[in-house]
Amino acid sequence: MVALLALCALMTIGITVGIIVMLIGESWNFIQSKYVSLSGFLTGTEWTALQSKDIEKAEFGIWPLLSGTLRVTVIAMCIALPCGLITAIFLSEFASSRVRAILKPTLEVIAGIPTVVLGYFAVLVVSPSLQFFSGGGFDTFNATSAGIAVGILCLPMVSSLSEDALHAVPRALREGAYGLGCTPFETAVKVVVPGALSGIISAFLLAFSRAIGETMVVALAAGTRATFTADPREQSQTMTGFIVEMIKSENEYGTVQYFSLYAVAMTLFVITFGMTLVGQLIRRRYQEVYS
Amino acid sequence: MKALNANISTMSEVSRSATPQSDSPAQAEVTPEVCIRIANFNAWYGSFQAIHNLSLDVPRNQVTAFIGPSGCGKSTLLRWINRMNDIVPSANSRGTLMIDELDVLAQTTDVVNLRRRVGMVFQKPNPFPKSIYDNVAFGPKLHLYLSRAELDELVEWSLRKAAVWDEVKDRLHAPALGLSGGQQQRLCIARAIAVGPEVLLMDEPCSALDPASTLAIEDLIYELREQYTIVMVTHNMQQASRCSDRTAFFFEGKLVESGPTQDVFTKPQEKRTDDYVRGRFG
Repeated sequence: MVALLALCALMTIGITVGIIVMLIGESWNFIQSKYVSLSGFLTGTEWTALQSKDIEKAEFGIWPLLSGTLRVTVIAMCIALPCGLITAIFLSEFASSRVRAILKPTLEVIAGIPTVVLGYFAVLVVSPSLQFFSGGGFDTFNATSAGIAVGILCLPMVSSLSEDALHAVPRALREGAYGLGCTPFETAVKVVVPGALSGIISAFLLAFSRAIGETMVVALAAGTRATFTADPREQSQTMTGFIVEMIKSENEYGTVQYFSLYAVAMTLFVITFGMTLVGQLIRRRYQEVYS
Repeated sequence: MKALNANISTMSEVSRSATPQSDSPAQAEVTPEVCIRIANFNAWYGSFQAIHNLSLDVPRNQVTAFIGPSGCGKSTLLRWINRMNDIVPSANSRGTLMIDELDVLAQTTDVVNLRRRVGMVFQKPNPFPKSIYDNVAFGPKLHLYLSRAELDELVEWSLRKAAVWDEVKDRLHAPALGLSGGQQQRLCIARAIAVGPEVLLMDEPCSALDPASTLAIEDLIYELREQYTIVMVTHNMQQASRCSDRTAFFFEGKLVESGPTQDVFTKPQEKRTDDYVRGRFG
């Protein structure tokens, strides 16, 4: 019986290791190709893997895809982090039980919206609105509308994880603050939030990883042109967006384009893995032990 | 700005009211001046009445101990003195509760201001997850606009007053949660007095501490009464007899007996008091 359990546990590890090995192996094949070099991949600012008909002229620099991902993610975080944290503080410290009974399920409904719906919401509602208000300054597919939709997507995650962290701050600390003459607002901002900081930061990092890895919304709304720019009004293919496009294209096994898929996936994996590690470190460094 | 002026005036009131008392301790002993006046006080949690028609005067610059078995309402009364029960949604009260001229229970009373006049120390040490220095500086930073040097001075004064300065002076910026339980509790006392209160409420301040730390806190309480009016809830009979001037015995939400500690312990008027202080129940 124990052997069976151990087998299941081993399988989890095996699958993880298998995926990583495959990522590394196929990325290695990509680097070995005569059309690309490691330094070109890591520093290049042009990505035309699928645009160039002639493989000789195709450019494989990761920065356009990376910057596309970052643009979308930063915009998403600008929405999800403040709104999520404020919602969490409101829910945990100020909301009456009636308001909470309405607000919490509403947030869960957002979490339950299929990402594809948010994706076409970005294309059909957010993007035209941006066009309208900016007088046509935005591309139809752009980083901002995708970022806004991804931000909405991450919002319930930030607010619910942050609320858990705030909730875990012992009542004794709140009473201590009240006892010193804190108003409820001062108590929340100066004692409860700092007391829950490690939990809040790991909520932020999880949301960040989620936004970086988000695929459907950006595949629909961010566009298919990889641009190396900081302009959020332009098309911006992300790493995940490229992977989708590549899979759907007609490039066969063994081509450089095919292997580039793995190199991009590897980059994505390194980033999210790094975020997880940083999250662990921060949690260990800042975690307050309330006994 | 208005709030700041109010802060300063309260601070000076505190020092004014404290000075004549310490100048003439002999006179104070004859007729102890009343600091907290409680009359016909009732308190409820929802429909459960925790305190029945209770009247009690707490004299200034003395230690008053509230004793009684669990659930007798002593903590409830303590938590009404600084309106800490406001954060308990079902808590309710009626009656008179005055600190000097301040009507504590009035709707119009500024609770924030009240809690600065009435500091509180809790059952379990509850330092904030900040440095030792920031814990003590927390209250003053809220209410007063002090320079760095003034703040440093106030922090040192408070920590000295709470008899913990020597142990922490070399690590003021280390996290407070790294201190021992007894040190944390003295830090919490320092944090409370840094705001400049006139009354200190202590809710079983030693119940989570080892005997040596308990003794240190008891000594401290005995010294602090020269400047503060102290109300202490305790389960520990010896503690009440060691460090309080007056004792009030509560039973089932009613005040059974109150008076000078020695009288309550050696010649109690009521049989229930006698039974309780002799350890026959509770």
